[in-house]
Order: sequence, then C-alpha cells, then structure tokens
Amino acid sequence: MKTTKGRRLDAQATKALRQEFLDDVCALPDGERVKECIQCGTCSASCPSAGRMDYSPRAIIAALRAGDLEHVLESDTVWLCASCYGCTVRCPVGIPFTDIMYELKRLGMTRGMLPKARQAAVMASTFAETVNSLGRNNEVALIRKYYLRTNPFAAFGQMGFAMRLMKRGRLELSSHRIKGLDGLRKMLATVDGEGGR
Amino acid sequence: MKKLGYFPGCSLMVTNRAYSISACNVARQLGIELSELSDWNCCGATAYLSLSEAKAFVMSARNLAIAESEGHDTLVAACSGCYVVLRKTGKYLDEKPQVRAQVNAALAAGDMSYKRTVKVRHLLDVMVNDCGEEAVKGCVKKPLQGLKVAAYYGCQVGRPFGEADDPEFPVTMDRLLGWLGATPVEFPVRATCCGGLTMTTEPELGMEMSGRILRVAREQGADCIATACPLCQINLEAYQDRIGRRLGADVRIPVVYFTQLMGRAFGLSSQEVMAGDSLTDVSAVLA
Repeated sequence: MKTTKGRRLDAQATKALRQEFLDDVCALPDGERVKECIQCGTCSASCPSAGRMDYSPRAIIAALRAGDLEHVLESDTVWLCASCYGCTVRCPVGIPFTDIMYELKRLGMTRGMLPKARQAAVMASTFAETVNSLGRNNEVALIRKYYLRTNPFAAFGQMGFAMRLMKRGRLELSSHRIKGLDGLRKMLATVDGEGGR
Repeated sequence: MKKLGYFPGCSLMVTNRAYSISACNVARQLGIELSELSDWNCCGATAYLSLSEAKAFVMSARNLAIAESEGHDTLVAACSGCYVVLRKTGKYLDEKPQVRAQVNAALAAGDMSYKRTVKVRHLLDVMVNDCGEEAVKGCVKKPLQGLKVAAYYGCQVGRPFGEADDPEFPVTMDRLLGWLGATPVEFPVRATCCGGLTMTTEPELGMEMSGRILRVAREQGADCIATACPLCQINLEAYQDRIGRRLGADVRIPVVYFTQLMGRAFGLSSQEVMAGDSLTDVSAVLA
C-alpha cells in the first residue's frame, strides 16, 4: 500500500485511532450500523471510484475490524470518494457509508494522515479558506490557489477552458463578500472553541 | 404570485448563472417568484464536510435561519450539492440533539436562531410536483417536438434522501420533458455519478465517469443532455474534446439545463434562457 511515511502506529495508538473513529461514526444518524456490516460488497460494486481505490468500501470495514485504519487513511482511498451516495442507498444493512467516508476524511485531516496524492485534501482546505474569507466561494480564487498548491503546471492545461469561460463572461473576476461575514465567523469560532470536528 | 425562498448557491452567481436566470424566468411564467435569500452564505459543500461536519452544519443552518426569518416555509435549492447539504443539516438538527445544541449555540453567537420550520426542496422537484402537468402544459407555446433528450439527474437529486426523486431510477425530469413535447430517450446512466470534484482533483477518474454519460447519451441517439446541477453541467459540457480523444470516439453533444429547455418551450428568448453562456453548440436545441 502507498503510505506517506511508511511508519506504523504502536498498538495503543492504533487502538485509540480506531476508538475515535468508531465513536464519531456512531454519532452519525444510523452510524452504529457499521458494526453490523455483513461484508457483502454491495458498496464496492456500487462505487464508481472503487476500481482506483487501494481499499474498496467493503475492504475499509474489513481493515477497520483488523485494526488497520492507518493504512486506509494513507492510501489512495477515501479522497477518491466523489460523494455520489450510491453505497449509502444500496447497503442492505443501512450503513450511511458516504458519511463514513467523510468521517475518514476528517480523521485524516485532523491527524495529518493523508495519502501521497493529496489533491482532494488540498482542494477541501483551499475551499474552506476561500469561504472563510468571503462567506461564499469564488471559483477563480479557489482554482488559482488550488493549482499553485498542487501542480502549477497543470494550470496551463486549464487555460483553454478558462478562456472559453472568460469569453462568455462566466469567470467570476471580482469577489463577493457577504455582509454578515463577522457574524458567520463568530458562529464558526464557537465550533473551534469546543475543539469539535 | 407564489413566493418561495430561493438559495442559488455560489456557482450560480456567475459561472453557472444560466441555470439561475433561466430558472427564475421560467418560474415566473408558472406564477412562482423565486425569492433569493438576503445575504446567504456558502452551504458548506462537500469540501467543508470533509474538514468539519459541525462547521458545515453551522454554515447551512445560517441559511435556514435566514429563510425562516424571511417567513419562508420552503427553501428551494437549484444546485444538487447545496440541496443535499442543506437538507442533511435539517435532518441532523431534527434527529441529533447534540448537533442541535451545538448549532443553536453557534447561531446565537451571531445573534440568529432557527426553529426548524423550513423544508428544503430541489428546484426540479418543485417545478414538476408542485407546478404539475396542467400548469406546465399551459405555459408551452413552442412544443419541443422531435427533440430527443437524455435526462441526466446525477447523484444528489435522488440520493441519499429519495425525497425529490427515486434514488436509483429518477423519473421526474422525463415526465417534465414529455409535458414540453420533447422525447426523453432511454438513459440507463441517468443517475450515475459525473465524477463531481474529481474532474479537478483526479482528472483521469473524472473523465472516465463523465465520459460514460456522454458516450451513452450519444449511443442512445439523444440530441442533447439536460442537467439539474451546475457541477454535472460543467463536467459534461467543458471537457468533451478531451474525453473524446481519450475514448477515441466523438462524444460532442449539447448540454443544457432543464430550465433552459422549459424556457424555450415556454417561448422565452435565447437571452432569457442564457443560451449564449453554453460551452457546447446549443444552436439547434435552444434556437
């Protein structure tokens, strides 16, 4: 498996990681159903990204049971989820698997346990940064920062696309900042105050 | 004129304004005013959910609180991503007391409150199920006779909630297209993922997913694809040449919002449906 650092957590840290994950998942509506997974693989068969994942959705739960969450977080798996909810609506046990994928993303983010290919994680944090500064997203600002942080050369491949949008007046060149930004920031700060995800 | 709270979402302000403008113009014909929430903020989107669930809920809850304070019992989202995040926030607020307490405390810090009276709906659901066949047919001035359309719903119209439409096999847009005089084609990938944000973060994967939808639409003999989400729309319209080279097949096909087709059937001008914004050649479809 592709891992960023190739290190192993010790037994205690592995157990703590697993427990934190389970606690957070069980706090989701229907989250406790993860314990009833029958390993049927309907989730993996429904997943449009599974072919490119090191661990398919079914294998994630198997890894969780084997106490191997660390490798899952650092592999090309969770950030390939496109959030299509195909697994969630088909799971015969009713496990909200897409929400579990979000939980894994959050766990990896807060612990800095990310795969080598971390573009999607960079996209998420850059998006949040943009929204925090404006109250809304600005696509031009987001994409510019995203390519600078991931692969500036790849931005050239997008120039044609950007020009086509520009010609039609579809590039958002000036940023709109919401009036209630201070209030929104105060609201978000209460979450940080609780240290909550 | 019936007034409904309206959440356009960030991407509909400039990049995908054609969806919002055509939607508002079409709704007016049907006696509905889509009343944009004042000073709304980002719904939180999939990206914020990947960082902090609580913050994503606070972002959405602020919008729900604004809708409530403006006297709306319904909040209409045109973007499927916004629809799911706003709806999910409502669900967690109803079902999880801890989330409710955390969100209420956050809203209070910004001098706002939310009493959970707002129902979140998708624009497609409202147009089809609230307006209904009679009203829609009553607005049709130029039936879309002979136009074969692949109705593409994407994921989040039906998933995970199954409220706006069926999670596996949505049909509302097909019904609507029939009322407009168009012919919906058999389209088995109607609710298969377009790739979403992976088009930017994992382009190979994104092109594989969007490519499947374009290829099947062509194979089914569709004249165009109709979408109900700005991200699906841009993924399907922007990379057709690149995807075609990759697949070794011509997958060029006009991609339009369902509201643009409604507008044309209602006799609105090409400006009123923003046909000029399209990245694909829509001259035969929206002319």
